[in-house]
Amino acid sequence: MLSIKNLHASIGGKEILKGINLEIKAGEVHAIMGPNGSGKSTLSAVLAGREDYEVTEGEVIFNEKNLLELSPEDRAREGVFLAFQYPIEIPGVSNVNFLKTAINEIRAYKGLDPMDAKDFLARMKEKQKLVELDVKLANRSVNEGFSGGEKKRNEIFQMAMLEPKLAILDETDSGLDIDALRIVSNGVNKLKNKDNATIVVTHYQRLLDYIVPDFVHVLYNGRIVKTGPKELALELEEKGYDFIKEETGA
Amino acid sequence: METIIKPNTITEKVLKLIESNFSTLIEGSEKDNAIKAFVSQGVPSRKHEEYKYVNVDQILKDDFVLATQKNISKEQIEHLKILKGAFIAVIVNGVFNEELSQLNNLPKGLIISSISSAAENNKLIFEKHYSRYAEINTDSFVALNTSLAKSGVFINVEKSVIVETPIHIIHVSSANENIIINPRNLIVVDENAQAKIIESYETIDSSSKIFNNALTEIVVCENSIVDHYKIQDENEFGYLLNTTQVVQQKKSLFSTHTFTLSGSLVRNNLNIVLDGEHIETHLNGLYLTNGNQVVDTHTVVDHRKPNCNSNELYKGIIEGKSSATFNGKIFVRKDAQKTNAFQSNKNILLSDDGTINTKPQLEIYADDVKCSHGTSTGKLDADKIFYLRARGLSEASAKKLLMHAFASEVVNTIKIEALREYVEEKITKRFE
Repeated sequence: MLSIKNLHASIGGKEILKGINLEIKAGEVHAIMGPNGSGKSTLSAVLAGREDYEVTEGEVIFNEKNLLELSPEDRAREGVFLAFQYPIEIPGVSNVNFLKTAINEIRAYKGLDPMDAKDFLARMKEKQKLVELDVKLANRSVNEGFSGGEKKRNEIFQMAMLEPKLAILDETDSGLDIDALRIVSNGVNKLKNKDNATIVVTHYQRLLDYIVPDFVHVLYNGRIVKTGPKELALELEEKGYDFIKEETGA
Repeated sequence: METIIKPNTITEKVLKLIESNFSTLIEGSEKDNAIKAFVSQGVPSRKHEEYKYVNVDQILKDDFVLATQKNISKEQIEHLKILKGAFIAVIVNGVFNEELSQLNNLPKGLIISSISSAAENNKLIFEKHYSRYAEINTDSFVALNTSLAKSGVFINVEKSVIVETPIHIIHVSSANENIIINPRNLIVVDENAQAKIIESYETIDSSSKIFNNALTEIVVCENSIVDHYKIQDENEFGYLLNTTQVVQQKKSLFSTHTFTLSGSLVRNNLNIVLDGEHIETHLNGLYLTNGNQVVDTHTVVDHRKPNCNSNELYKGIIEGKSSATFNGKIFVRKDAQKTNAFQSNKNILLSDDGTINTKPQLEIYADDVKCSHGTSTGKLDADKIFYLRARGLSEASAKKLLMHAFASEVVNTIKIEALREYVEEKITKRFE
């Protein structure tokens, strides 16, 4: 589904990603862990198409398409979804209007007619339940006045509405208490199937108790320095990231 | 060396028009005073502090005539009737037109008529209020209007009468030679009465410039409530100088909402005097400018007595080579203790060639007050655009959605639902 080869990216002339290689197949969950400043969020942003970053080398193929050539909206329309680490507040734009526009533009891209209003509302209702999002929140402006936990739940709600093929969860666990973490993880797990894939970007292992990865990659200094099974996350939690630094001689 | 002061030829030209004009609403010494006030101030050039961002003198340099009656059919103005079932007063080229108006079945206690007939039939009210508030000596366009005005609409809501049906004044203009028009409206809402009033400014079927020097005086009496709207949607021939002079008496509530959607030039002078205690005032405005448009808003909120609240919110989206100005003055007089006065002006500048001038001016002479002002000008937020695009919205629709969101804060202050829908639709078309 996703193939990243030798990806280099920089911002303001400073290289952050220094040759990332990653293969992800449908049905898989990949965790990307790493200390602060290792390039985790940069990788998420580059995949979603954030224009502040310059890709200087390498390629990203997503379902046989050159992802890096697509605009952010076309990546979303092809099925890439980024759950933001810091979801943006957009006063004056209602969640409903926003999602309706998003869904219908994605449908138009695929040559489909706009979604029937009744179907849309039914889907809203169903997916709200999935992440236990208050109906009142769904009718308010996008993320405006939401608590940190509500914002993260709203990201997963949007993900549920848009049904992406590849979901990238960028530190979705940060700022979540344990109850909210369970709800969010539960939502993500229910959305998982054999045709989609998930990248979980996180600093801590705890989230991976709930969203169990097939692979754990350790990102350090702009490169994936170690890949292993889910147990690797536990080892990292126990020994801290320093052991990676020593092991890789970085 | 002696400096030779050149006579202002533009002012002289306009003065000739005044001299050729007859049967104005006021005659005799009052009219003479207005003419004198106009001549001594003259047509302001950009050197005038209050008019430095509008080149009114450059517009009036061309030849203009005073508007003559124009035949407009009912069908031609049908699309200008925003609200079904409203009381509609139509002003064509500055002159009240009874035939086009819809003023049947007015409830008891509501008078809507031409201002010239009110000068005879409602003499007491007319003489008590007409030209008592708009100051001829501080603005030459007030003086000019007062010198020239012969027609307009008179509205009186009598004591304790609540008019639930909105009253819509349609100012429609049409010209095939450059004209100056000077409609003059007087609205008096008596004690404990309530009214909703919409003024719209439109141009149809034109090929020449229309300089519309429109003036409305509104008297909001004790304990009364007035909800006032201005929809300014003239075409490229429209040059609108729109003065709204309001005086509020104690315990009254006045809300005004100005939507400037098009027109070559729009200058708004909105002056509100809070002349009593426990008054509440809301000023909301939205201007969307494009092309070579010039929109210049000057507001004055004059707190004269204690314990009053005013709240002002103006927002603008500036595109193309257009220019927008916001100048908001708040006076808090020495007596006006316990005043709360707030003002905010926010702008989005979408082009490199657009201009925004924003200038809050607070003059506070009382010491126990809460006043604040804030102003911001920026582009559309790149983070918000990216967030929306990351969910599949095109860049264009992301921007559209954000512009709508920005405007909605002002649009949502419209209390008449059908009017709000009308304005929303206009804005949607503008952003397409």
